Amino acid sequence: MSFKDKTAIVGIGETDYVKGSGRSEVDMMLEASRKAIADAGMKPSDIDGIIPPPGYTYSEELAANLGVEDLRYAATINMGGASPNAAIQHAAIAIASGVCNSVLITLGWNGYTAMRPKPGQPPGRSAGIAVLNNAIQGFYLPYGVSAPVQMYSWLAMRHKQMYNTPDEATGHIAVACRKHAHLNESAFMRGREMTMDDYLASRWVSEPMRLFDCCLETDGAAAVVITRADIAKDTPNKPVYIMGAAEGHPYPADDIATRPDPFRIGLSFATPKALEIADIKIHDVDFLQIYDCFTYVVMLQMEAMGLCERGETYDFVKDGNIELGGHYPLNTHGGLLSQAHVWGLNHTTEAVRQLRGTAGASQVKDAELGLVTGWGDLGDGSIVILRN
Amino acid sequence: MTNALPGTSPEKLVFPDQSPDTTYQDFLRNNQFCIQHCNECQNFLFYPRLCCPHCSSVDLEWREASGKGTVYAVSIVRQRPEKGGDHNVVLVDLDEGPRLMSRVDGIPNEDVKIGMKVKASISVNTDEDGDTRMVVFREA
Repeated sequence: MSFKDKTAIVGIGETDYVKGSGRSEVDMMLEASRKAIADAGMKPSDIDGIIPPPGYTYSEELAANLGVEDLRYAATINMGGASPNAAIQHAAIAIASGVCNSVLITLGWNGYTAMRPKPGQPPGRSAGIAVLNNAIQGFYLPYGVSAPVQMYSWLAMRHKQMYNTPDEATGHIAVACRKHAHLNESAFMRGREMTMDDYLASRWVSEPMRLFDCCLETDGAAAVVITRADIAKDTPNKPVYIMGAAEGHPYPADDIATRPDPFRIGLSFATPKALEIADIKIHDVDFLQIYDCFTYVVMLQMEAMGLCERGETYDFVKDGNIELGGHYPLNTHGGLLSQAHVWGLNHTTEAVRQLRGTAGASQVKDAELGLVTGWGDLGDGSIVILRN
Repeated sequence: MTNALPGTSPEKLVFPDQSPDTTYQDFLRNNQFCIQHCNECQNFLFYPRLCCPHCSSVDLEWREASGKGTVYAVSIVRQRPEKGGDHNVVLVDLDEGPRLMSRVDGIPNEDVKIGMKVKASISVNTDEDGDTRMVVFREA
């Protein structure tokens, strides 16, 4: 049994993306959720499935606040930043198999405020990344490694030295996202120019990662509503159908150091499966929404998905190929690098706008087929293929 | 029971009486860098585990590592001096097979290169929680 085309995203909602929300995570998630449910032309009581993020809240709390009286599907996905995107596959499976009709997926956090606690302020709720605690606390922290940028830097350095990857390869990714942010009124870096020279001159964080290789830290929430294809036909906006989806995990998933081939990431496993379900080729897609916590992580995903051969990202991203007007526009909203960081759920909302034809200045002409990825927990990956 | 998974016959399905992380630290406190060897598939493994990631056996035995290794990847973490300054972080392939995170001491960060031969030593960190020990490397 395949879930291909049996479900569709029919509602999207977002809060403002800010630095210093002054709000709780649940508060922001409820705002995004109410907007998404209204956008779907539904009442909260039409929702009967909820997939919350792994942390900050839980299904029952959201259900009680929204008025979801008959919650028939409540699951939590633990894949770090890949969780919201992976949740789309879970929603599609649950709906296609008849467990429930309409699923709400949401993510909200204080990605800026929580990193900068003020004295005397009570701590906010935390995210759940228990799967990583053993390796990180026991065997990474003693060497001064605590932040994701440090954990992914070895991959990046190994890649650079094995394949002579030029700095401009990741530079083009950063610059493309920034250019797209200028077209997006809700992008945090809108209007702040960044050239390739600016990129190359930015300071080291953890070599070979520079400041402009790293995503933003912002506060905010996003939400999407997924429903059965026959219900979707009667909703106000053009349905965006879920053609295929899959998740994948590197081995061993709980320790980045000991993987025999560090470039064999979750998406290496997930991509063939998702393409098989959707019955398309990777180069058929009209745009790319790729999880961009770091430019180098985008590069690893492009290569793992087969958009280009390993070590050949530079040739794929140069000459405007990943900018609007090129063959594969990347992160047309600005991405986590230049719009905002809500664990990539903003990649999904942007993909929906593109496929509805409502992306405004960032609209990809005649967009019919879109790709969204997630990355988290040291390389877990998820991929969703959408069509209109 | 000829088709049983390795190391899962009842007489061999014996889990250790303390966490393998604790055993690892106990060895370090005794100035020994020990890693686990799987008696079923004959692979070495790291970090310490209850089951072999290659074959799922629990028949794991602690053996002293040679300490010899090769730098597989390196990064320089940039920090302000008041936060400890710049330091390198490496992944090292041990001659026994496993790859682990560590750092290379004794030379400038910029001189740590992929492919460099290194040798392990045990470093002692003292803070308010007492002594903790960790494996670091020097150029061989």
